[in-house]
Amino acid sequence: MAETLAADQHASAAAHAHQFNDVEQQRDATTMGMWVFLATEVMFFGGLFASYVVYRVMYPAAFAVASQALDIKLGTLNTGVLLLSSFTMAVAVFGSQTGRRRPLIGGLALTILLGLAFLAIKFYEYYQKYVEHHVPGPSFSFPAPYTQPAKMYFTLYFAMTGLHAAHMIVGCGLLTALIMMAWRGRFTPEYHSPVELSGLYWHFVDIIWIFLYPLLYLIGRHLE
Amino acid sequence: MPETIVPVKVYAKVLGALLVLTAATCAISFIDMGKLNAVAAVVIAFIKASLVAAIFMHLRYSRSLMRIVLAAGLFWLGILIALTMGDYLTRGWQ
Repeated sequence: MAETLAADQHASAAAHAHQFNDVEQQRDATTMGMWVFLATEVMFFGGLFASYVVYRVMYPAAFAVASQALDIKLGTLNTGVLLLSSFTMAVAVFGSQTGRRRPLIGGLALTILLGLAFLAIKFYEYYQKYVEHHVPGPSFSFPAPYTQPAKMYFTLYFAMTGLHAAHMIVGCGLLTALIMMAWRGRFTPEYHSPVELSGLYWHFVDIIWIFLYPLLYLIGRHLE
Repeated sequence: MPETIVPVKVYAKVLGALLVLTAATCAISFIDMGKLNAVAAVVIAFIKASLVAAIFMHLRYSRSLMRIVLAAGLFWLGILIALTMGDYLTRGWQ
C-alpha cells in the first residue's frame, strides 16, 4: 500500500507542485485563480461600460447619430474574425488536452494570425476616424447640434476599443510564448494549464467584444 | 473534478451559432423597433457571451465554484451600474 502510494506520488511528481494533493486539485486551483482574475477584469472594463450607460442615457440621439459614423461592415467582419479566433483557441486547448501537437500548435498559430488580422482591421478603422476628424482633440469635428456629445461618444469608443485592443496585444504575446513552449513539448494531457488559462483569457476578451460590437456599432442603424 | 474533453465538433457548432447570432443582431439593428432595438442587441449579446462562457470556457463542465466567481464579478458590475444610474436617473426631480 505504502509502496503504491509512493510510486503514485513519484509518477505524478512532474505534473503537479508539492503543495497540491493531485493534478485535479492543482487544475481546479489554477482555473479558479484565472476566473478570479477575469472577475477583476469585468470590473476593469465595467467602469467604461458604466460610463457608456450614463452618457448614452443622457444623449441617446447624439450616440445614435455618432454610431452611424462607424464602418458597420468592418465592425461585423471583425466580430466574425474574433469569434473564429475563439474557435481556433478552443481547438488548441483540445490539442493540449489530448496531447496532439498539430491542433495545439496549429490552433495557437491560427489564433495569433486571426488576432493580428483583428488588430489590423481595428487600426485601419482608427485611421479612418483620424482622417474624418472624429478623434477627440483640437481638430475634432462633428456636425451640430451633436458636436459635444458626439465627442463623448468617440472618447468612449476609443477608450473601450483601445483597452480591448491592448488586451488583444497581450493575448497575442501570451500565445506566442505558448507556441514556443508547445514546440519544446512542454505540454502533456496531465499538464497544460498555461494553454487552458490563456484560452480563458482569450475567450474573455472575445466576450468583451461581443458586447462592444452592438453597443458601439449597432445603436443608430435603424435611423439611417 | 476530472477534466472534460469537448469534441471539436461541439466547438464548431458553437462557432456556427455565434456567427448566425452575429448576422441576426446586425440585421435586427436595421429594423426600427424603438426601444426594443437596444433590448434585442443586449439580449443577443448575452446569449452569445453565455455560449462562449459555457462551452469555449468550459464553464458548463467546471466546478460550480467557477460559476460563483463569475456571478460575483457580474453582481459587482450590477452594483456599479445600478447605483450610478440610481443617481443620474433621479437628478431631474428637484
